[in-house]
Amino acid sequence: MDEQRVATDQPAPVIEPGHTFATVTDKISSIVLTRPTSNGWLVGFGVAFLLTMVLLFAISYLLVKGVGIWGINIPVGWGFAIVNFVWWIGIGHAGTLISAILLLLRQSWRNSINRFAEAMTLFAVSCAGLFPILHMGRPWLAYWLFPYPNTMNYWPQFRSPLVWDVFAVSTYFTISLLFWFIGLIPDLATLRDRSENRAAKIIYGMLAMGWRGSARHWARYETAYLLLAGLATPLVLSVHTVVSFDFAVAIVPGWHTTIFPPYFVAGAIYSGFAMVLMLAIPIRKIYGLEDFITERHLNNSAMVMLATGLIVAYGYVMEAFMNWYGGNRYDAYLLWNRLHGPYAPTYYALLFCNIVLPQLLWIKKIRTHPLWLFLISLDVLIGMWLERFVIVVVSLQRDYLNSSWGMYYPTRWDWMTYIGTIGMFLAAMFLFLRILPMISIYEMRVLLPEAEVKPE
Amino acid sequence: MKRTRVYGLMAEFDSPTSLVAAAHKTHAAGYKKIDAYSPIPIEELAEAIGFHHNGVPLVVLVGGILGCIAGYTMQWWIHTISYPVNVGGRPLNSWPAFIVVTFELTILFAGIAAVFGMLALNGLPMPYHPVFNVPRFAFASKDRFFLIIFSTDPMYSASSTRAFLEGLEPKFIMEVPG
Repeated sequence: MDEQRVATDQPAPVIEPGHTFATVTDKISSIVLTRPTSNGWLVGFGVAFLLTMVLLFAISYLLVKGVGIWGINIPVGWGFAIVNFVWWIGIGHAGTLISAILLLLRQSWRNSINRFAEAMTLFAVSCAGLFPILHMGRPWLAYWLFPYPNTMNYWPQFRSPLVWDVFAVSTYFTISLLFWFIGLIPDLATLRDRSENRAAKIIYGMLAMGWRGSARHWARYETAYLLLAGLATPLVLSVHTVVSFDFAVAIVPGWHTTIFPPYFVAGAIYSGFAMVLMLAIPIRKIYGLEDFITERHLNNSAMVMLATGLIVAYGYVMEAFMNWYGGNRYDAYLLWNRLHGPYAPTYYALLFCNIVLPQLLWIKKIRTHPLWLFLISLDVLIGMWLERFVIVVVSLQRDYLNSSWGMYYPTRWDWMTYIGTIGMFLAAMFLFLRILPMISIYEMRVLLPEAEVKPE
Repeated sequence: MKRTRVYGLMAEFDSPTSLVAAAHKTHAAGYKKIDAYSPIPIEELAEAIGFHHNGVPLVVLVGGILGCIAGYTMQWWIHTISYPVNVGGRPLNSWPAFIVVTFELTILFAGIAAVFGMLALNGLPMPYHPVFNVPRFAFASKDRFFLIIFSTDPMYSASSTRAFLEGLEPKFIMEVPG
């Protein structure tokens, strides 16, 4: 099937011709097992680790002093913490989209990018989860968010979107972790059987849990994997929907709109694919994986970005249109404030980053050009961060009463926490690339022509 | 480990096609206690060794239903019995507000049931298994395909089963101690 496709109408193959079960296995597993730790990896991990230490420092100081070290105050009580929370959790969405939704849609090109995209999801959701917890003021009481019998005879308020969010995000993290882990089991067995190092053999062996590739096991495995994909699909759509409810259920002008759920989900996938490309482009170059992550993957990811970017653009247009057409003076003022208020540059920058520049993706040369794609992805990530800044800060700073208007200025601790989580994310990615197969080996084998059972 | 006991006879093949064909013939010849090992999932293979239904979907369904019931009941009990809070005279059992958490717990329980149910039905984790005694079995996770006839099969006999497997033209035939 794949052979015919390549021969006829497809622009670039999912996997370069000439590979066999053995070469695919050796190529991917050797990155982990035999490739020496390079200086580039050490420097990259070192920098990321240093930034993680900056994060730990910022968190420690926060625990000592309290959230007063951040720029938040009334009226802007949400600030960077919520901006970064929404940004990170949105990035995570692309991983689940690639692993679950594209699996159900039988988009087999996903097989070479799903593993590290899922890892990206896990690390991004971990970074996201930190922010609301730190933002609570007394993070050591975070377990109060969960319903558990307690001596105060007190329970969470399940009518509140903030409690929905706790359940949505923690379910999302758990399911993503399970999905990633069961995807890894057959590959861990491969690493167990390939590794020469005794300690590595034992560790991979324990993680593989005795996987031996029995036909009965594979049958149950495939069923479980498919069902998990079916479960993760509505889940991933629900997560950012629930995040958007945090805003949409409130009555703040600029938040109280019904367009938020679809527009948040599209924005999440938009920024997520930007992050996937920003990771995939250097990885395929450095580890020589151009055979597996081909131009086809870059092109397809860029097209997903373009499509979701247009949905986001539609969201912006409708938001502005309803502010004007709705006849509500507070909503109309919000639009004026975005265009002419003190934070107007962020709004123009977001329009440029998210709507104007990504239109370059209509050009096929740019969709398959790694450097251009890398820069556009960076631009989209910045744009989507600005979008959340505009939604959170610009809406809160001037709502109904002029007497309660105010300004928000992030402090160095806000920046250190934000940049620190980027460091933590990258440090986790570096470790992942070094100790686990970054491309799903068994799913790559399935893509090969020899995997097909020919009728007798 | 007693070297005298034999766990089964194993044949090695080099392609999914030859393994599926061999599995079909073995099953047709009347061997029922057989298994096949491959580095990739092969849909036809489970059918070929006579494994038609797996219990995973049922486990997931039960998990999902339990999660759904648990999620809704918890919220209903908390907000009507244990800790009723009157919000603007609205009903205490305000079900539309409970949908989201009910949905999330349905997915959570079903997902956990899928993963742990699959592992439990597969008998994993199982760090030791007799097939690992065969050195060439390390290739089962790379590019080789294996068929085994267990010595517990009523039709099993050291000589005739070996002769049968040789008729399938495998690359190698190995005795699995265990």
